[in-house]
Formats: sequence, C-alpha cells, structure tokens
Amino acid sequence: MAIFSVVVLTMPLWMQPFGAAYPDILQKFVIFGVFAIGYNILFGLTGYLSFGHAAFLGVGSYTAVWSFKLLTMNIVPAIILSVVMSGIFAVAMGYVALRRSGIYFSILTLAFAQMCYNLAYSVLTPITNGETGLQLAKSDPRIIDRLFSEAGEGLPSTTLFGIETSGYSGFYISAVIMIIVFYISLKIFNSSFGLKLKAIKANQNRMRYLGFNTKPYLLSAFVISGMYAGLAGGLLAATDPLAGAERMQWTASGEVILMTILGGVGTLFGPLLGVIIIKYFENIFSAVNQLDLHSLYAIFPAWLENSLVAISSLFVGEGWHMTLGLLFMFVVAFLPGGVLEGLQLIYKKIKTRLIKNNKSTGTDTDTKQETGANHGE
Amino acid sequence: MDAILLQLLNGLDKGGAYALIALGLTLAFGTLGIVNFAHGALFMLGAFCAVTFNKLLTISKSVKDESITFFDAYKEVPYLEIWWGETGTSIIDYAVPLSIFFAIPVMLFIGWALERGLIQYFYKRSHASQILFTFGLAIVIQEIVRHVFGANPIPTPAPDVVSGSANIGLYFGLGENIIYPWWRLIYLSFSICVIGAVFAFLKFTTFGMVVRAGIQNREMVGLLGINIERRFTIVFSLSAVVAGVAGVMYAPIVPPDFHLGMDFLVLTFVVVVVGGMGSLPGAVAAGFLLGILQSFAAMNEVKEILPGIDQIIIYLVAVIVLLVRPRGLMGVKGVFED
Repeated sequence: MAIFSVVVLTMPLWMQPFGAAYPDILQKFVIFGVFAIGYNILFGLTGYLSFGHAAFLGVGSYTAVWSFKLLTMNIVPAIILSVVMSGIFAVAMGYVALRRSGIYFSILTLAFAQMCYNLAYSVLTPITNGETGLQLAKSDPRIIDRLFSEAGEGLPSTTLFGIETSGYSGFYISAVIMIIVFYISLKIFNSSFGLKLKAIKANQNRMRYLGFNTKPYLLSAFVISGMYAGLAGGLLAATDPLAGAERMQWTASGEVILMTILGGVGTLFGPLLGVIIIKYFENIFSAVNQLDLHSLYAIFPAWLENSLVAISSLFVGEGWHMTLGLLFMFVVAFLPGGVLEGLQLIYKKIKTRLIKNNKSTGTDTDTKQETGANHGE
Repeated sequence: MDAILLQLLNGLDKGGAYALIALGLTLAFGTLGIVNFAHGALFMLGAFCAVTFNKLLTISKSVKDESITFFDAYKEVPYLEIWWGETGTSIIDYAVPLSIFFAIPVMLFIGWALERGLIQYFYKRSHASQILFTFGLAIVIQEIVRHVFGANPIPTPAPDVVSGSANIGLYFGLGENIIYPWWRLIYLSFSICVIGAVFAFLKFTTFGMVVRAGIQNREMVGLLGINIERRFTIVFSLSAVVAGVAGVMYAPIVPPDFHLGMDFLVLTFVVVVVGGMGSLPGAVAAGFLLGILQSFAAMNEVKEILPGIDQIIIYLVAVIVLLVRPRGLMGVKGVFED
C-alpha cells in the first residue's frame, strides 16, 4: 500500500520520459482510475455487466457543479454531495435492475442510462442546461461563500480551503482520494463481503442453497460502485467545473468496461493499468495528424511514405476510436483476463524455463526467490 | 381523430424499421445464440449501400455547358445520362429502390464474412464476451464508414414520383387532413412484405424447416446428418440482409450518417427484449407496438401532461415488461430465463 501510494504520487516524475507529465492527463489517469476501480467492484467481483455506469458519472458531475453554483466553490461539499446523490440513484437503479441477471441486467442498466441521458437532453434542461452543458456563472448565489466574502471580479475557481484545484494540486488531491478509495476496494476484495461477491460470480444458485440471500450483497456492490462513479464525476467537475450530458452516453459506459477488461477484470491493479494505457494512448493517438505521420515516415521512399501515411491515418487522430474498437475486439478475443493475465502468463513461462535450466545445475530454490523478487519490483 | 390516425401511421412506420432490425437480431440470436451488438452497424451499412450505389450511378464527366454562350462553362453530367439519355436520368432517379439489388449480395457477403471470419469463434463464449466483442466490432465498422464517407449525413433522395405526400384521407373518405409522405407509406408496406417473406421462408421451405428444427434442438438435427452449422451461417447472412435492406429503404427518410447504427441499436435491443429473446413474432409485434407508443408519446397533448415522456417511453416500457414478465411478451418459456 505504501509503495502504491508512492508510485501514484510520484507519477509526475516517472511519467516524464513518456511525455505524459502534465496535469491534465495525470488528472484523467487518477479520476478515471477511481471510476474503473469502482466498476471493477461490480463487474470484476460479481460478474454483472452493467452498461449504465456512465449515468452515475454524469449525476456526480451535475451534482458537483450545482454545489459550486449554489453553495460554495470548496470542493469538499461538492464531492460529498455527488457521492451521496449518485448513491441514491444507484439504490433506485440497482433495486430494479438487480431483479434480473445476465443479459437482461445489461439491457436494464442500459435502458436506465439512456433514460437519464435523454432526460438530461430534453426535459431536465433547467437542471442540466441541455447541449451546452452546465457551467458556472457570475450571478450564481454561492450561499456559503457569500457569508465570508463579497463576490469578486470574474469567475471564481474551485478550491480546497484556499488551494486551487486545477493543475498539479488538482492532480494531488485526486490522487490522494484515489489512493483512499483503492485502499477501500483492497479491503473489500479481502473481506468476507468480497468473498461472497466472488461466490455469487462463481455460482449464484449454490450461494442461495447455502442459505445466503444474494440480493443485499449484490445491491451493496452495485451501490458502492455507483458511488465510486459519482465520486469520479464529482472529481471531474472539481478539476474542471463543467458538466455535459455526453458523459452519460452509453458509449462512455463502454469505455469504462474496456478499461477494466483491458487491464484485467477482477484484479486489483488491472483496472488502473487499463485506465493508464487507454488514456495515455488516447492522448497520443488523437493528437497525431497527417504532418506528424509524414515526418515519421520521412526516411522511406515517397510512394511507400504516402501509402504508410494513408494506412496509419486510419488509426490516429479522428480514427482513434477505430484503434479503440480493434483493441476491444483483440482483448476480448485473445486476452479475456486482460494485460495483467498476459503478464502473468509471460512470467510463468519465464519461471518454468528458469526452473528447468536450474534443475540441471541444482540451485532450484534460490532462483525462485530471485525471480519472485524481480517480479515484485 | 386525424391527429391520432397520423400518429398511428407514424408509429407503424417507425415500428416497421424497429421490427425489421429486431427480426434480424432475433434470427441471429435464436439460431446461433449470438447477442449481436454489431447489428445496428449492419443496418447502417445497408443505408450506406444506397449512398454508394447512388454515387456510382452519378459518376460524372465535365461537359461544356452549351446553354451558356458568352463564356466557357462546364457542368457535371453523369455518364448514364450521356449514354442513355432519358433512361439514364430515370435510372438515377430510382437509385434508392434499385440499390436494394445492389445491397442484397453485398450484405450477404458481409454477413457471411463476419460469421465465418469472426463470430463463429464466439459461440462457446459467455454472452458477456459476445456482447463486448460485437460492441468493438460495431465501433470498428462505424469508424470505417466515417473514414470513407465523412462525418456528415449524406442526403439520399427518394424517386421524384414518390417524394411528395399522399392525401390518404381522400382515398379512404376520412376527410382531407390526413396527408402523409409517400415514401414512408412505401417503407411501411415494404417492411411488412419483408417480414412476411422471412416468415414464409422459415415456414414453408425445407430450409426453413431445418432451421426451425435446429433452433429447437441443434444436436438432434446434427445427428440426423444435416450440416446445421452451414445453415446457420446462411441464417446469419440472411439477418444481415434484412438489416441491410431495412437500411437501404430508410436512407431517404433520415440522411444516413455514421452513428445511425448506434442510435438504432439500443432501441432495437430493447425491442427484442420486450418481445422476448428468441421469439420472431414477438420481435415484430414489439417493434410495431413500441413504434406506435413512441409516436403517441410524442403528441403535444400527451407531452403537456407528462413532459419528456416521448424520450423515455420505450425504456420505461422495457423496464416494466422485464420486471413483470421477464421472458418478454411472447418469449418462449425457459429460453434465457435467469
């Protein structure tokens, strides 16, 4: 845990060589990390595939922005409120959707999320501001802030007791929160509650025969993961006070599923890994344009250069979604356990090969420990 | 009264599209057991078949414009017009209906290629991974289309003769206020014809009989010495064709763009679930039912009482149906009931 915290907090340092050490993308890493960790609690532990988690993200964002508008620019009440609000939504949605399982559960959550999305675009425009998205305005009341000071010139920015929450400080605040929620999910994974959830995934009927009522466990897992999503939404709004309905679209749910699967469903670090991989490559791939490609392939003869540019421009820039889709297909088809499983497979292969080699020399146990230590680092 | 009749037509029309897509989806699900999230993309591909065909027909050549005499002016004249004159023009005019004949072989091939190339490896996997894989596939198809055709909707006009509106009220003696676009009426009758054809095909041909037997007991049919896998491949291609022609005919109604498929996908999944997974009549009935409900919910009188109901009615119905009658309106008992 301590190592994990250090690794996360020193991200700005070790991300430097990858060219991702600026606050915008680092914030995305940790915030979507929270989202994916939460999603993993539901999908990874219980195996219930929800297509509606983006709705909670959206609810969290809207709540946070409203809190900035009405109460105060301090992010503490905003985040607490967004977690509570999305929790309430999750209870309502989970209570209904969890009556079914399998593909019906997926479709029910999808239906709920689409309802939220459509309503946010149409009837609820007084609350959500429709297509423009909810933004801060100078004329907002901000009751609590007014008690202490007069309204200043220009738009106020979000703060944590005076610290501005954009840029690097925003990253550190989100990172600390992510470490805390990661710790909570670690505890859930190791608790008897987590074990019961895993048992539900393995065989729900047998759980029932053993005398467990599985419903409350499922519901609490659903609500917890919904609250995680709300927290992520609140953090998104805290670092950039703006909320739009496109965050609630079902393709956004698809993205978090992809992150979780890519990293490794049901593992602790997998979802985080998936988030970092996807957000990192999204950042790089969608920034590349034709000119960059031409300079990249400049060493080749002209005809080859042009055809290479034509082929790879399919996958970068606007075509980033294509890469995402292909990646999705590839991971589901060949690596259902995600990148972590792939790494484990490679590790096992290396290990067995080393052991084989050592059997001839006779120092079996030493190398085992050695490779283990190497892996730990 | 007139308004209600109009909305009924509207609903039937929308329902026709839903029913066609849901039919293909159910075919694939009932036979192959595949939950195909890429089905909406097939619908979209159908619409773009119409676009492509239209573009192919109107490949043009710059010709000097004779009507302008005081400077050199050029205009684009399609080759078809140069070769065949009047006949060529009318062929171009009828591009959309004609492109059905173009779309059928194309969609057959796409369906066959998808099933043999990719989807056949997912029969034994869980439904979750089928959903996720076909979801990825849908994204890829969508992005390819965007790369080729651009992100903007491409208007594809219906033939001139039927681009106007029909005064149905006059024909049936119901007053003069029921005016409805011709093309939408054609779409409605077309979808009914296609649905009828699919049902007749399954009901009255030997092939259909084998397929129906295969749906009930795949192993038994296999033991009788019939290559059921191959029949199912054909059924999958058939479902792609149904989605494709639905898309072709839909192109004049809504100019197709690359996320047309995704827009329809969620709705049709809801339709299939409401009708009952694996039940063909259920899919058709639920398609028309939800289409009608949706257009009635869009009436101003209804919206005044329940604002926003038109946006969520379909999902609301789905939630209620799934909770009250999990297997769907006409679902078969025991299919996918957990």
